[in-house]
Amino acid sequence: MYKLILAFRYLYRRRISYLALGAVALCVFIVVVVMTVMRGLVGDFKEKNHSFTGDCVVGTESLVGFPYYKDFIEVLEKADFVEHVSPAINSYALVSAEGSQHSIGLEIIGIDAVRHSRVTGFGKMLRYHKDDAARAFEPRGDANLPGCVVGADLWLQRNSRGEYFYEPNPAATAMTVTCFPLTIKGALAKAGTDLVNTKTFYFSDTSESGLARVDSSVVYLPFEDVQALCGMKEPVARASWIHIKFKANVHLEEGCRKVRLLWAEFCEQMQDKPNAEALAGVSVQSWKEHRREFIAAMEKEQTMLTAMFGLVGLTTVFIVFVVFYMIVSHKTKDIGILKSVGASGVDVVAVFLGFAAMLGVAGSVAGVAAALWFLRDINALERWLFERFGFQLWDRTIYAIGEIPHRVDLTMVLVVMGCAVLACLAGAVLPSVRAAQNKPVEALQVSQL
Amino acid sequence: MSKDEFIIEARGIYKSYRMGAAQVRVLKGADIAVRRGEFVAIVGASGSGKSTLLHILGALDRPDKGAVRFEERDLGGMSGRELNRYRNKTVGFVFQFYHLLDELSVLENVILPAMVPVGVIRWVSKRGDVRRRGRELLEAVGLGERAVHKPYQLSGGERQRAAIARALVNEPKLLLADEPTGNLDSVTGNGILELLERLNRAGQTIVMVTHDERVARRAGRIITLADGRIK
Repeated sequence: MYKLILAFRYLYRRRISYLALGAVALCVFIVVVVMTVMRGLVGDFKEKNHSFTGDCVVGTESLVGFPYYKDFIEVLEKADFVEHVSPAINSYALVSAEGSQHSIGLEIIGIDAVRHSRVTGFGKMLRYHKDDAARAFEPRGDANLPGCVVGADLWLQRNSRGEYFYEPNPAATAMTVTCFPLTIKGALAKAGTDLVNTKTFYFSDTSESGLARVDSSVVYLPFEDVQALCGMKEPVARASWIHIKFKANVHLEEGCRKVRLLWAEFCEQMQDKPNAEALAGVSVQSWKEHRREFIAAMEKEQTMLTAMFGLVGLTTVFIVFVVFYMIVSHKTKDIGILKSVGASGVDVVAVFLGFAAMLGVAGSVAGVAAALWFLRDINALERWLFERFGFQLWDRTIYAIGEIPHRVDLTMVLVVMGCAVLACLAGAVLPSVRAAQNKPVEALQVSQL
Repeated sequence: MSKDEFIIEARGIYKSYRMGAAQVRVLKGADIAVRRGEFVAIVGASGSGKSTLLHILGALDRPDKGAVRFEERDLGGMSGRELNRYRNKTVGFVFQFYHLLDELSVLENVILPAMVPVGVIRWVSKRGDVRRRGRELLEAVGLGERAVHKPYQLSGGERQRAAIARALVNEPKLLLADEPTGNLDSVTGNGILELLERLNRAGQTIVMVTHDERVARRAGRIITLADGRIK
């Protein structure tokens, strides 16, 4: 019992303990804030990628796509674990807006807007036809004209808060889309003739996925039109991807595994059909695998930050070590007294480690409390800093980030607190052991007082 | 008086310390035997090794050579655990500089030796009795009103009385006092000596180290230590 009492008294009676407590609190504060923001950003980025892709995709990066996609969609629609399915064509085109002398190369995605919005978050990404995907390709003024949905960053400017300047009544600007149709073998389908397919579409909406690369380079067009433009309608109809949404209770990996089995069976059944060799390049991927190229970069940054802030933890260990070294040096007499009344070396270690654990708990509680308070008001604080001093964490005119993430993950907080306590114990071990090794008679010498 | 009546006996004690490059031989074959209920004073000049001898009797230090036997049990053969128990239960120390813990109250300092061998759970059941005994001891040494004070709020004499109360809390068979009046004025020192005499009359065995002949005369027997040996 005296160990607890002494440890507690050392903590709150000695000013130097408050310095160590402050150092622990500061480290915990920094780690919790940075990890929360970083985890929030990565989590948000993943969620946006999930929303953009759906749960699973079957398809190929090849610009020629793959045949018999309708047959496989039928197979998928019969599967009890599949909720919705949407075919899509991804290709590249030269796009020029009405009145412009220049064409720019953009990614075009051909979709059935209604089906695609059932599988992905497409319907929610629309500005003028939000949650009304059936009208996504209906330009204002004349719904019969072929419409196109343009990535928000291609069409609009953002203000300093990251908000787009939306026109309340956007004009149905004409956009000419030019594609190079390819055969299933990858050759130019119209070689020797006029080579390209061109069609004019009219601005009908913008898409705001929150993914900078998508919003600045993608134009959505009706599926049938892209199929025709890319030469994928005949002689055998082709698509690039089939996006799949699983039923609510289906685990992602399990759903993907089942789709792989279905696809393998399907390929076997189709092996004697014409152009069946084009099925060989088709893969089944979960949304995470499909978007890994982008997600991995963010995850890598998160890992690097975690490692860097792990070094902050090492600083805590060192600070606690120094503080304990000083405290133990000043407590030689106490150690001698304790030993003279029968305390063992282990008891002495326990006193100082108890002190370290209390310091770690108190410091991490203070750090977490400060971090929670700071994170609660982090966006208001950033707004205030921006309005007063023009400071922003991210330039919202450049980065597709809205609010700074501030949702705290309880598990992460508990892990950080546990690490802080362990860091304090690690810092205190050597001085404590040194204290325990003191001979009582030496500790009680007058010269030590 | 038979040999069995010696509560503690040290034979042929040698002890030396390294001081820089030199080896200082402090004890050179010192012998001492103390009977149960005795009040013995060890006197000697400064540096004669009397405190070293007391520390060896109390197992705060080990001799280089020689044996210390407490109630026929050789301290040299005891494990670390047994020595801790010996320091905790069997002997009580009173130091010249009191050696109270600043972080604890006077009462907590007094009951510290009783708390040392007890875990948190056992402490819950023992706490009331131990605190009662601590208060009784404080009353006995005239510090009943000072229980909740901190050591730095006490005078030198009060601190030494608190230290004596602490030394007695586990009812040790042997009380070892190292210059108990060395840091006190004569009036206060006299009060401490009267307290020790009272304890001795009640049956407490006491070994006291002092350099002051007048203080030593208060003991029942005086042993003089010179040149590392008992004269």
